[in-house]
Amino acid sequence: MEQDWLFGLAGGLLIGLGAALYLLGNGRIMGASGIIGGLVDRSGWSSWAERLVFLAGVFLLPVLLVPTLDRQASTHLTGNWFVVVAAGLLVGVGTRIANGCTSGHGVCGISRLSLRGIVATVLYIVAGGVTLLALRHSLGVI
Amino acid sequence: MRLFLAFLAGGLFGGGLLISGMTDTRKVQGWLDVFGAWDPTLAFVMGGAIIPMAVAWRFTRRGAPLVGGSFPAPPEPVFDRRLIVGSLLFGAGWGLAGLCPGPSIASLSYGGIGGLVFFLAMLAGMAVAPAVGRALGGTRA
Repeated sequence: MEQDWLFGLAGGLLIGLGAALYLLGNGRIMGASGIIGGLVDRSGWSSWAERLVFLAGVFLLPVLLVPTLDRQASTHLTGNWFVVVAAGLLVGVGTRIANGCTSGHGVCGISRLSLRGIVATVLYIVAGGVTLLALRHSLGVI
Repeated sequence: MRLFLAFLAGGLFGGGLLISGMTDTRKVQGWLDVFGAWDPTLAFVMGGAIIPMAVAWRFTRRGAPLVGGSFPAPPEPVFDRRLIVGSLLFGAGWGLAGLCPGPSIASLSYGGIGGLVFFLAMLAGMAVAPAVGRALGGTRA
């Protein structure tokens, strides 16, 4: 669609506002993998309620917004179960080992000019690009 | 107050992910796939998100968070195997399916069984991550 970049920019501003609110209000870095992972491995158990309520907001707002869209909301996720499971495992392990994902290292890290955030973001984008080059264009499996 | 603000921040995040198109794996893979039909949307999303955050960081130089406590200190600039290997593994998974942690939760209500399976696999990956991280050594950030 022609206006995709406009929706991207508007949605991006909302994401940034959420991150700014979480930082200035609660003094926390809005990193999705850290907020989820801290519940999974119990390292963030002392703030479980704050984490759970944040994640409830992430889940619920789309539930409210989807009926107002003029198009069908879809993730267009691949139907290949092996790919879905492998991708989920890699995303889970990788983000927790690297201590951040697109929101933590990307949005929060780059905006404070954190070298760790910038290095991580470059690496995961390159890895994603190479994965698509190898598996989509060379082997044609995804 | 803390919980209310957390819910509001999560809502802005989830709503922004939906509106921006970042829960659509075709748009994410379209951005990563520079050899296919390249889609620049993700750059606008990232740019849009960084603007309010860059301003917010300026306000953390003095004062304290609204609910009290202190602002997070800048991370030690450590570039160890954990950061590098972890980011590469994450990127590979991100490219494979086009989903990362935030969008996987934001899209749970409309992502079907596939989205749920991805989410559960991601939780499983997070559960084994501490052991994998210890095997890699380095600092626990």
